[in-house]
Amino acid sequence: MSELTQTSTGEITGVNGNLIRVRFPEAVMQNEVGYAVINNLKLKAEIVRIRGRECWLQVFEDTAGLKVGDPVEFSGELLSVELGPGLLKSIYDGLQNPLPELAEKCGYFLERGQYIDGLDRSAQWDFTPVVQVGDQLEAGESVGTVPEGLFTHRIMLPFDWRGKFTVKEISEAITCTVDTVIAKVEDSAGELREVKLFQSWPVKKAIQAYEERLRPTENMTTQVRILDTFFPVAKGGTYCIPGPFGAGKTVLQQITSRRADVDIVVIAACGERAGEVVETLREFPELEDPRTGKSLMERTLIICNTSSMPVASREASVYTGVTIAEYYRQMGLNVLMLADSTSRWAQALRELSGRLEEIPGEEAFPAYLETVIANFYERAGLVRLKDGTLGSVTIGGTVSPAGGNFEEPVTQSTLKVVGAFHGLSRERSDQRRYPSIDPLESWSKYPSLVDPEKLDQTRRGLREGRDVEQMMKVVGEEGTAMPDFIMYLKAEFLDEVYLQQDAFHDVDGASSAERQTHVFGIIHQILTTPLTFATRDMARSEFLRWQQMAKDWNRIPMENPEFKTAEEKLMAAVEAHRANGEEN
Amino acid sequence: MQALYHGIENIVGNVLMLRAQNVGYGDLAEVTYGEEKSLAQVIQLDGDQVYLQIFSGSRGVPTDATVRFLGHGLTVPFSEDLLGRIFDGSGVPRDNRPELDADPVGVAGPSVNPSERIIPRKMVRTGIPMIDVFNTLVQSQKLPIFSVAGEPYNPLLARIALQAEVDVIVLGGMGLKYDDYLFFRETLEEAGSLSRTVMYVHTAADPTVECLFVPDLCLAVAEKFALENKEVLVLLTDMTNYADAMKEIAITMEKIPSNRGYPGDLYSQLAARYEKAVDFESAGSITILAATTMPGDDVTHPVPDNTGYITEGQFYLRNGRIEPFGSLSRLKQFVNDKTRVDHRKIMDRMIQLYASFRSTEEKRSMGFRMTEYDNKLVKFGDLFEKKLMDLRVTLHLEDALDTCWDILAECFDPEECGMPTELIKEFWPQGKTSE
Repeated sequence: MSELTQTSTGEITGVNGNLIRVRFPEAVMQNEVGYAVINNLKLKAEIVRIRGRECWLQVFEDTAGLKVGDPVEFSGELLSVELGPGLLKSIYDGLQNPLPELAEKCGYFLERGQYIDGLDRSAQWDFTPVVQVGDQLEAGESVGTVPEGLFTHRIMLPFDWRGKFTVKEISEAITCTVDTVIAKVEDSAGELREVKLFQSWPVKKAIQAYEERLRPTENMTTQVRILDTFFPVAKGGTYCIPGPFGAGKTVLQQITSRRADVDIVVIAACGERAGEVVETLREFPELEDPRTGKSLMERTLIICNTSSMPVASREASVYTGVTIAEYYRQMGLNVLMLADSTSRWAQALRELSGRLEEIPGEEAFPAYLETVIANFYERAGLVRLKDGTLGSVTIGGTVSPAGGNFEEPVTQSTLKVVGAFHGLSRERSDQRRYPSIDPLESWSKYPSLVDPEKLDQTRRGLREGRDVEQMMKVVGEEGTAMPDFIMYLKAEFLDEVYLQQDAFHDVDGASSAERQTHVFGIIHQILTTPLTFATRDMARSEFLRWQQMAKDWNRIPMENPEFKTAEEKLMAAVEAHRANGEEN
Repeated sequence: MQALYHGIENIVGNVLMLRAQNVGYGDLAEVTYGEEKSLAQVIQLDGDQVYLQIFSGSRGVPTDATVRFLGHGLTVPFSEDLLGRIFDGSGVPRDNRPELDADPVGVAGPSVNPSERIIPRKMVRTGIPMIDVFNTLVQSQKLPIFSVAGEPYNPLLARIALQAEVDVIVLGGMGLKYDDYLFFRETLEEAGSLSRTVMYVHTAADPTVECLFVPDLCLAVAEKFALENKEVLVLLTDMTNYADAMKEIAITMEKIPSNRGYPGDLYSQLAARYEKAVDFESAGSITILAATTMPGDDVTHPVPDNTGYITEGQFYLRNGRIEPFGSLSRLKQFVNDKTRVDHRKIMDRMIQLYASFRSTEEKRSMGFRMTEYDNKLVKFGDLFEKKLMDLRVTLHLEDALDTCWDILAECFDPEECGMPTELIKEFWPQGKTSE
């Protein structure tokens, strides 16, 4: 933004909401950034349609006061973000303006037309070279590194450079700012190019400077039992969380952002409540990352375009987020990108499409909605970089379906492209069964932590138990056969002690992979033990007692000797009711 | 900038089209014809064609009306003198008093920088036990009151306007029945609360366009008061009428409807208003309570549905009471640990017992035998409904908490009530036992 190569100036011929029509004198390109000028303020906008000598731009700001005849300056660039050291810990708006710095400049309110460089130009970084003069490099390969908090930040050859480059000059280890030239390389045509600590990248283009994409298989543990065991997400995979309001989408995202086993978390708060972002903003710096002992903020980056901020930059915010995620992936890191909520972004597309008077698809969403959603989720992936290391971007998006009905277009388009579906249910959240992920409707295509056969068996048990429960509502407890009744109690037991989890309890809230594998083994053993009871009441009260024992057990740290004792006590209690010789 | 234009080319719905130059998007214009004068706002520019949405409606507007562009967007005069005044949806006084002579402030201004927001910290006392005790309202919170058309949501809002411990009340009426408007005015006048209130009222008979500006006017004024260190409570009724006005205008503008005829940007429009709720770190705050009627008692209707995704919880008004189930203040945990030590525990326990009462009621209605404990629950439920749920009850939070203990003591033995022993020692009413 600092060195605009202004190419040409057009003139506004129409204004409709945040869409302006502009007559342009010289060539422009689709998705080029332009600035509408009003009283010395420049309002950022992006070309979304070109027809004849006129183009349409969506303005990322309030358009009040714009007049026909006002100038529009075209930048000759696509909508881009700056990639370099200093991104982590930042809080950006959808266009990569750092919000705390904006607040310093403008106070409480987000005044329009105020832009600040995404990367601090005055910050000093310690650069160490890793190449020598004469070395051959390709796009995405490192010329040196810079320490950034917990990470070694690679300074890479810009991702869009084609062909081989020869290092002609390389700086020695120095302390410098991001726009210092630290290397000069020569391309095959003999032209010299400069490498700085940062580069720009157009947000809507995926970064592809890697060797190959691999199939994601390694579990990304979130320490949430129902997720890791039943509906796992792999590093480099994609998942979505649809749910009606109040079902706990955002809380689940917050838990994941704290506990997920990844290096970096990019949170894109897209069109949701500001209050929720504020909780993250204010709490994360205080929270300790259990993996590193440092503040959680050290590995977090927040892109924040809340519901009252300009609609057009909602779309930009998810792309800004995923581009930054891809950038850190290029350093061999595992990055998790959370988008809350993709429905708001889809709605932004719908608003734009309506203004462009395109022929509407279902519920007035544009016909290309599916393609756009698919392209976004496809930017996730596990890749092998040119130096052989692996890096991944995992994408998790929440969906806010209208009326909580999963049949709507955004949920359906998302389900087609993601690898796991964590459907939240109002019923379960009303019953305070948290996390309120529906254990029967959700699915995942990634491998679980636990033995798939045992998992299938457990799932079947859960389904059968639920069937019995439905039946019991009609015929009553008296009309239910004892084996069926036990099946129901077992399903309840599984739900209470394994599927549900107290997110606010230090031990229960964070169940490691090791612990899950162990506990699941025990629970599976209990569920497959044939049991016998004298009466239904006795069965119920016994199961309630076990539930209590198992819940207490969940709250004991695994390394604590009491953990083993509690486990043995539980098993002994169950064993006392083993039915001899018969199969259950 | 004061050029006059004559000659309107098109009139469609409430939208006029004329040809003019040098007009800013969103600017206001004054349309004069005969004895009539109305404001209008620029809603689209297309070459030299200017589309104006006329506030008073297009009925009777002649093609030779005079249009004068004012060169600025919608503003509202602001000063302390606003208190006690009543205006209509275009900011014209309704109370037969002169126009306010004060500096204009812009409406629908920029949103607050999220990094300047703080975690909510103070409760708003309303004197209504079902709110204060069970779903505490918090400064900077935005909460809708979901109800069916016949429910007493306006009397409830009026009560809150009288009792809430805040500095300024801004009341916005949208599509209000004239009787309801008079009810608000008289209630506030009688109680002497008008002096801390500003009202912007659009009644059902007023032009639809004016309905659209009520929330913006209210919130612009609220924001100015908040910046002057005032704790402001904005009461809006009824947001469904507001959404319907948006729908009506969107459809006459030939915009493509998304869901049940509502425009595709319904969520963004509602959010832009609700998100004005804020607690400024070094100034005042804005809290929003908005009645939202649910057509057909259907919470999945687009208006309550979109609202639910925006607001921080909701109150359900059903059978003349605030429902304890379903109603939720998402922010209450930020404040109810600082009120009184028993607050959280007794709040949870009372609701659990009330839930048991409901299932006992079901049991009774099906003709099952009642145990002694069931009878205690029935007594508890009746007392709960009479002493706390009844909307006429006004109690300070502390008195309401004591009432909770009284009810428990009247119905249960201390060891039966399920409260922690140390709280029972401190709060159990002396000399009372259940019979």
